[in-house]
Amino acid sequence: MDLHTLLLAILLLPLFGSIAAGLFGRQLGRKWSHRVATFGVGIATILSAYNFWLFNFAGHEVYNASVYTWLVSDGIKFEIGFLIDSLSSTMMLVVTFVSTMVHIYTIGYMDHDEDYGHDDPYYQRFFSYISLFTFSMLSLVMANNFLQLFFGWEAVGLVSYLLIGFYMKRESAIQANLKAFLVNRVGDFGFLLGIAIVVMYFNTLDYAEFFAGLDAHKDTTISFFPGTEWSMITAMCLLLFVGAMGKSAQMPLHVWLPESMEGPTPISALIHAATMVTAGIFMVARLSPAYEMSEAALSTIMIIGATTAFMMGMLGIVQEDIKRVVAYSTLSQLGYMTAALGASAYAVSMFHVFTHAFFKALLFLAAGSVIVAMHHHQDIRKMGGLYKYMPITYGSMLIGSLALIGFPGFSGFFSKDSILLGLERSDVFGSGYALSLLLIGVFVSAFYSFRMFFIVFHGKESEYVKTHEIKESPWVITLPLVLLVIPSVLLGLPLVEGILSGSYFADAITIHPENDVLMKVYTEYYHGVWAMITHSFVSLPVILALSGVFLAWFLYIAKPELPAKIKNLCPRGNWVLKNSYGFDRFNEIVFTAGTKKLGTFFTNVIDIKTIDIGMVKNTFMAVANSAGAMRLAQTGYLYHYAFVMIFSLLAMLAWVMW
Amino acid sequence: MFGFSILTTLIWLPMLAGMLILFIGRDRATLAKWLSLLTTIVTFYISLSLWIDFDTTVSTMQFEEKVAWIPQFNIYYHLGVDGLSMPLVLLTTFTQILVIASAWDVIKERVEQYMGAFLIMGGVMVGVFAALDSILFYVFWELLLIPMFIVIGKWGGVDRVYATMKFFLYTFFGSVFMLVAFLYMYSQSGSFSILHFQDMPIGMTAQIFIFLAFLIAFAVKVPMFPVHTWLPDAHVQAPTAGSVVLAAIMLKMGGYGFVRFSLPITPDASMSLDWLVIALSLIAIFYIGIVALVQTDMKKLVAYSSISHMGFVTLGMFLIYDIVQNTGSAQGAALGMEGAMIQMISHGFISGGMFLMIGVLYDRMHTRDISAYGGVVNKMPWFGMFAVLFAMANAGLPGTSGFVGEFMVILAAFKANVWYGIIASTTLIIGAAYTLWMVKRVFFGEVANENVEKLEDLNKREFVIMATLAIAVLVVGLYPAPIIEIMHTSVANLLIQATTSKL
Repeated sequence: MDLHTLLLAILLLPLFGSIAAGLFGRQLGRKWSHRVATFGVGIATILSAYNFWLFNFAGHEVYNASVYTWLVSDGIKFEIGFLIDSLSSTMMLVVTFVSTMVHIYTIGYMDHDEDYGHDDPYYQRFFSYISLFTFSMLSLVMANNFLQLFFGWEAVGLVSYLLIGFYMKRESAIQANLKAFLVNRVGDFGFLLGIAIVVMYFNTLDYAEFFAGLDAHKDTTISFFPGTEWSMITAMCLLLFVGAMGKSAQMPLHVWLPESMEGPTPISALIHAATMVTAGIFMVARLSPAYEMSEAALSTIMIIGATTAFMMGMLGIVQEDIKRVVAYSTLSQLGYMTAALGASAYAVSMFHVFTHAFFKALLFLAAGSVIVAMHHHQDIRKMGGLYKYMPITYGSMLIGSLALIGFPGFSGFFSKDSILLGLERSDVFGSGYALSLLLIGVFVSAFYSFRMFFIVFHGKESEYVKTHEIKESPWVITLPLVLLVIPSVLLGLPLVEGILSGSYFADAITIHPENDVLMKVYTEYYHGVWAMITHSFVSLPVILALSGVFLAWFLYIAKPELPAKIKNLCPRGNWVLKNSYGFDRFNEIVFTAGTKKLGTFFTNVIDIKTIDIGMVKNTFMAVANSAGAMRLAQTGYLYHYAFVMIFSLLAMLAWVMW
Repeated sequence: MFGFSILTTLIWLPMLAGMLILFIGRDRATLAKWLSLLTTIVTFYISLSLWIDFDTTVSTMQFEEKVAWIPQFNIYYHLGVDGLSMPLVLLTTFTQILVIASAWDVIKERVEQYMGAFLIMGGVMVGVFAALDSILFYVFWELLLIPMFIVIGKWGGVDRVYATMKFFLYTFFGSVFMLVAFLYMYSQSGSFSILHFQDMPIGMTAQIFIFLAFLIAFAVKVPMFPVHTWLPDAHVQAPTAGSVVLAAIMLKMGGYGFVRFSLPITPDASMSLDWLVIALSLIAIFYIGIVALVQTDMKKLVAYSSISHMGFVTLGMFLIYDIVQNTGSAQGAALGMEGAMIQMISHGFISGGMFLMIGVLYDRMHTRDISAYGGVVNKMPWFGMFAVLFAMANAGLPGTSGFVGEFMVILAAFKANVWYGIIASTTLIIGAAYTLWMVKRVFFGEVANENVEKLEDLNKREFVIMATLAIAVLVVGLYPAPIIEIMHTSVANLLIQATTSKL
């Protein structure tokens, strides 16, 4: 099988599974539907692994080829094609692997559902959606041009919409999916304008041609307001980044992600934690040659990322819903990745995308396992002492949490520590601010992660736990957990050196030498993996993380009466956090209600009063009144009108002609 | 593929069949239906030969037919299509099949008249797109009003009289100006040939008046702000098939008018007044989109959405002058023009699908009020799937036809003026908001009431209609190249005409 066929197979197998399960779900039945879908994604994973090996170990050169021409207009080729290198091949493997785990997990998780009758093919539909998502995400990462990027970008948005609203009878779910789609569309609005700048100045949508043209436009300016000239590349990078803010949930476009937890848990793991939300990060890394040319854009990205990382982490502290805790931790981690992009540490940012994909999927699936055991209750106050009932889930959650807080040796440690090390060496405007927020963020994330962990697994057993039968989940749920534990622990070790030295993404990421903070980390700081681990125990991040864990233990295990007291001590702070800084209220009042009011005003005042009544009816009445005969003619019979019309037309024709 | 006069056949076959069916009598409804369906299928089949035998390398008229009609005034029965009109002819013959099929079990009263009226409309619409003589064009243009007038007036809703009057007066009012413009040009040149009009020199003052006359005629038809208010009323009152024809094809006649008449006949006036069309287009995209958001009647909402989407058509067509001024070359103008043209085709499919969907619901529940629905998808899962697909297409999701034209026009608009691009791009948010909010309220949620509880999913006929349109929407979205290729040469030629001064 040649490479092109291999890539097509990887891309299309999930689509095939999706169509089979979606359109022929009833005929196939549950078993065959999940078999076909899982098999499709599973094979794609194996092929992606081979493809990963080709590009990362066998030294295959970058593969850039067109699949078909979508259309040609005005000399611009709109194409569908592949750009495969170390970046996309790694991303492909991550996407397909996590997706396969989620497919297997879903067999257990979605088996029974109170929202649907057993004869409803909701189960098949779910498989169809997650396979379709895999297809969309793959087309996004495999793209060699902006058109396909946008295709994948919007397609994952569509599937996300369908899946958040999967429980379509629940008002909260269908509210959340509409919100998610619209907020993402706000991002896409910027994204599309960014693409429009690309087309305007580069006359191409192809990445390679775009990169080749960048140098010539170093000093090109663009004018949005008369008299202002902005660097075209900065404007383009920022507009494209607005799209990334939507997909990767950066403030203030983050509001959809917590609510996306209305979707079934496997989806939260696959889409809203591991893969789709990293699309924005991936896009910036993919376009690194452009971002490298604009320090203003990098600086903005860094500040937004760090702010998100800190502020969203704070919200994780007050959540009572197990999934929401993990969701806010996702937001916060996305902030880390974004901030790293701003420091030109693209490689480390992508590194964190990879490690995060595994440990966050692990955390979500473990949370889902807890939810199954708790008979679909998600409130952590109802839990407690679960460790003795579900040891595998407990172990998975512990490992996932350790990876998340960056405990030395775990995968998350290497990526997160590298981000902090990189930022420390960055001199982009705002890097000091970003570094301090991210350091506090380390403490905060350790605190909220272990707060949840301690409450759920070690806290005092609640009435609910005592009175209900809680048992470990079936193997289809625990197997993916165990399989995800492996990369969550081990992934960092073999990769960190290549990432820091720049050799891993050598063919995919461009960095200007003076911006290359990772190279500085590599030469100044890095003395091998073991040195990095041992040295970290006396470094600030790990100390902060461990104190976070300790504080969580102290407040929720040692002195469980304290948190309530603290809450009472600072009611304002608690109120602000509980209301998520008021973003939702603001959007509701200003955008939702405001637009509706504007629409009503337009309809009533302009369309009806001004145009219909003011202009049309009054003119008509004036004519009618002046010609009293009109009233006689209003017989109410349509054909009379028709007849009169045609007759007058003929008369007029005759009059003009003669 | 066929050796005979294809365009004449496409016009007269359905018209004659329609007249025949009118006389078939009210007792033989089944015969009338099958005969109509057969006619539309045969017509569509014949029309395919236009595509198969089409020569994409030339911009001249193809499949031309020319016979003297009223020799005293130099009026000819002159037909022909180029890359601009041919896709619209195919859109018409394709839509006709669905229109006839959609009325199958729904219309119970005077079926033969209903079917006959639609067949006649089908022929007339092909005539509009194929006519190369301005008087012939005008006759077809006005003739179309009569069957539509009758269809809304007879099979329409409660306020049909008001709606039909409004519809008729608006469109009639508009087209009179067009006729006067034709007569003026005839007085100057002694010919009614459209191609001749395109070549004749016209002074600036005259061009301005002609341009404005055309603008009124076409703006009403498209419709553009502020002469758009007839459309929502007409849609609300029209029976489903009437709405489909109205949205899918009749609106396109306005867009077609701009490329066949305004730009090539009055290039200098177009250049100096392009800001007017662009401003009205941007108002359509933004303002009408916001208006659509608050509609409580499904048909009104989709009608406003149609106006908003047609804004992309008119915007794409008039970008060329600003692009030349802003960038110094016409590079990008073809992108806008081809985007506008494909937006018309795509809008035919999508609006057709949306109105048919509303028809499916209306047939069952006899209300178009959004608040009367809720949770429909629980009872009609297949229908829900199509609904989400068409809604996403309406919101311009990539992979559906709705994306192609909007994408191209936005890219071109940005070249002309960054603010055009920015305002046009708001459709990404507004279009998604009004469409998906409606979908949410109608389809999702708990089953809202016992009427919804009693709903049954699509029957076979409805399924086939929906599936056909869905496939069309996806095919054009995934592979628009063939349609764009048809247009290339003609668009290039049009852009030359539009930028060559006639003074």
